[in-house]
Amino acid sequence: MNEFFHMGGYAFYVWTSYGLALIILLWNVILPRQRQKQLLARLKRKFRQSPPQGNNQ
Amino acid sequence: MWSFLHKLASPKHFYHFAGRLIPWLGWSTLLLMLAGLYTGLVVAPTDYQQGESYRIIYIHVPAAWMSMFVYMVMAGAGAIGLIWKIKMADIVASSAAPLGAAFTFLALVTGSLWGKPMWGTWWIWDARLTSELILLFLYLGFIALQSAIEDKRTAANACAVLALVGVVNIPIIHYSVEWWNTLHQGPTVTRFDKPAMDTSMLIPLMIMFFAFKLYFGLTVLMRARGEILERERNSTWVKQMVTESS
Repeated sequence: MNEFFHMGGYAFYVWTSYGLALIILLWNVILPRQRQKQLLARLKRKFRQSPPQGNNQ
Repeated sequence: MWSFLHKLASPKHFYHFAGRLIPWLGWSTLLLMLAGLYTGLVVAPTDYQQGESYRIIYIHVPAAWMSMFVYMVMAGAGAIGLIWKIKMADIVASSAAPLGAAFTFLALVTGSLWGKPMWGTWWIWDARLTSELILLFLYLGFIALQSAIEDKRTAANACAVLALVGVVNIPIIHYSVEWWNTLHQGPTVTRFDKPAMDTSMLIPLMIMFFAFKLYFGLTVLMRARGEILERERNSTWVKQMVTESS
């Protein structure tokens, strides 16, 4: 197991690459998710205060 | 087929269609990523020249391929928006830009992290690295230009023109390792004859490649949905959807 993490002496280069990839890939999933949730919550609040008009048929 | 595409051009249909597709894309991306990580880090053998450091390839090469692929998607969507005035195409182009920038950044940094132990330097100003850096600036320019122009329509047109002009950079990146002498190795996979790479090393690369593709599909749809919601927040269908769900 130790050998695996050691990466034949290239641990720093290999794991920094994979770590950075993980951060960037996760970030680009979490960010739009958060934005979507916040936007929907905001719209919900807005429409509750002033019910939408003109779509009652 | 045409009526399906026609429907997708409507933000409302796109929003719902993407919403149904996202969970499938999410799970298949995750499964492929895990398979790629396992085969790339555990199963694939050690390289006889580069030792374990070559394993950076499973991040670096898919990211670099995607950096060019996403650019073509962005420029293509921009062109469609420019010619046929389809709002959805503009939304796709602007959703792709930050993702392309992320892939390009990842390709550059992992390339640097691979270059240091193998070439002895983090960076050289050769054709491949420089043209990939220009690609990053093209993405950043696209994003900056878009946020600088208030009117969405004008912004989309200006950005589409910028993206189309920048397309010239893509073949330069691709062929740079053949046209100029460089430290960067030549193509090992996209050759006319057999790939110059053993199957046991090639399979994880292909898995990662498809994982990155699906990942892009997932995230571009997620971003596009957010953008649709933002732009259409005053339309009847959004009001209906939001009030009905609460």
